[in-house]
Amino acid sequence: MSGLMAVFWKELADHFNSRRFIILSLLVYLAGVATIYVAAQNIRSGVTEDTHFIFLRLFIVSGETLPFSFPFFLSLFIPIVGIALGFDAVNSERASGNLSRILSQPLYRDSVINGKFLAGLVTLSILVVSIVILVAGMGLRMIGVPPTAEEILRLFAFIFVSIIYGAFWMSLAVLFSVFFSRMATSVLASIALWIFLFLFMSMLAGVIAGAVVPIDENSSLELIVKNDEIYRTISRISPNTLYGETVQVLLMPELGNPSSTLMLVSIYTAGMIPTPLPLGQSLLIIWPQLTTLIALTALCFAGSYIKFMREEIRST
Amino acid sequence: MSQQSIIETTGLTKVYGNKIAVDKLNLHINEGEVFGFLGPNGAGKTTTILMLLGLTESTSGTAKVCGYSPTREPLKVKRVVGYLPEKVGFYEDLTARQNLEYTAALNGIPREAASRKGGELLDMVGLSEVAEQKVSTFSHGMKQRLGIADVMIKDPKVAFFDEPTAGIDPEGIDQVLNLIANMAKQKVTIVLSSHQLHQVQKICTRVGILAKGRLIVQGSINELGREAIGGGKVRIEVQVSQPTPKLIESIRNIKGVTGVESSDDLLLISCDEDLRRQIAKVVADSDSLLIQMKLEEYGLDDIYMKYFRET
Repeated sequence: MSGLMAVFWKELADHFNSRRFIILSLLVYLAGVATIYVAAQNIRSGVTEDTHFIFLRLFIVSGETLPFSFPFFLSLFIPIVGIALGFDAVNSERASGNLSRILSQPLYRDSVINGKFLAGLVTLSILVVSIVILVAGMGLRMIGVPPTAEEILRLFAFIFVSIIYGAFWMSLAVLFSVFFSRMATSVLASIALWIFLFLFMSMLAGVIAGAVVPIDENSSLELIVKNDEIYRTISRISPNTLYGETVQVLLMPELGNPSSTLMLVSIYTAGMIPTPLPLGQSLLIIWPQLTTLIALTALCFAGSYIKFMREEIRST
Repeated sequence: MSQQSIIETTGLTKVYGNKIAVDKLNLHINEGEVFGFLGPNGAGKTTTILMLLGLTESTSGTAKVCGYSPTREPLKVKRVVGYLPEKVGFYEDLTARQNLEYTAALNGIPREAASRKGGELLDMVGLSEVAEQKVSTFSHGMKQRLGIADVMIKDPKVAFFDEPTAGIDPEGIDQVLNLIANMAKQKVTIVLSSHQLHQVQKICTRVGILAKGRLIVQGSINELGREAIGGGKVRIEVQVSQPTPKLIESIRNIKGVTGVESSDDLLLISCDEDLRRQIAKVVADSDSLLIQMKLEEYGLDDIYMKYFRET
């Protein structure tokens, strides 16, 4: 246990001292502040008397100067932060000749990888919690509308999901750091996978859905729905989609369930009476997405754990 | 054996794929010894050390370090054993002191004790002036000395040094060897692997020679020397002005001489004991002039070469 804590504190200190992390957090803070500023400027448009969740709108509105919302920026930056925290976890130790020295100390081998993972998770949590609190505080000052209890709960759920999302990318990067002996390889592999899942997965899903169920302007509603279902299923392979859907349900409760053919919703939203889902229902909807994210994280971590535990220290 | 074995292996074997790295190794190392593990690169020295530390699992055979089995009780072994790997690395962004304190923390040493001990050790290895500098600024020799402090901080009973002198300058080698010799004075058993013989010769009480995973021989340097030089126990080199067959014949007739080889004006005489006096007399009685005569000492090099020619 003392070994685990020693590794944990050392890694935590390392993260907070590393230039890499400081630069990334500055970038994240900057993006967060900018999006909230733009959101606060534009929040008045589209707000009517029966708009619920005014405070949450702060997080989803975007303006012309910066056409991205806060969750979009998080979904972009959190993977990078996660990868930065994990990609050199094990292979840098091996390359620098620290690994055999550390493993000859009286601590269980899993303390090393657990301590590293835990330190990364705590670092990530501190970053996510601080950025959300920062922008929430800033938004509160700018629009002057205090959040309701439900909005606060939804923000907490949002923070939790964001941490899990980051933890997935971190454990993926740790997995690569165990399997690839060179840091350049592990960081490139992580980034390549991130780009693929972030940019190309939805394209690929669109192509496949179009090939399986071809649709055009005259297609029946049934076909359109079918096409949309296939598209949705395939794009859910990407954790990015899972995160996006979860965030949408949490922060835009009036949109309802994204699984129930969002396309139709978007067609009819204009004339729809806003009936936001209660928090319990929202959580129920995101449950599959959330458990999948957690399972993916656990899977990556288990992979790196097993590989690391079984690996032999070789003389060469 | 009068002393107690602190390291003992029976039939210790390690196979990587179809390559036998260590082959049925039987090793006994006594408490307080400085044991030199010699052999060319790839002989299995590091693999043996890794197995004794429990970092690598043996394929077959058993090992006991301080009475514990490294495979079954690795933590107990690691608590009493220090290890300085060949390519030792430290956290480059931390200072020398922070690196030592981290090792201490991993060993569960309380913070105050660790910081006091770390200071003392840095003093001892001559790094107290650069204690607050990042390790990235250190030379290889400095890192090696920091490594010795790193091994010492846990107060080990046994310390393994893997090629501690590789790649450092002669002055650095002396410093490192002196530090290791000092450790030995503090009743730490030391196992030292190297392929640089004369360096090891200075501090080792006993050596074992390893080639292709097999321990060819173990014993003190003198013992090995005598075994190594075939024919006799002592070799005397004599240089004379004109070696005649008659002279060689009369030397051969001296009691105790087992062989004489001649090349130009040099005579190599093998004998059971130091017969310099008798040989000098024979030479003086002959027509030849004695130019010089010396008793050959065995260096590890001779021993080494002899055993490696055989394998």
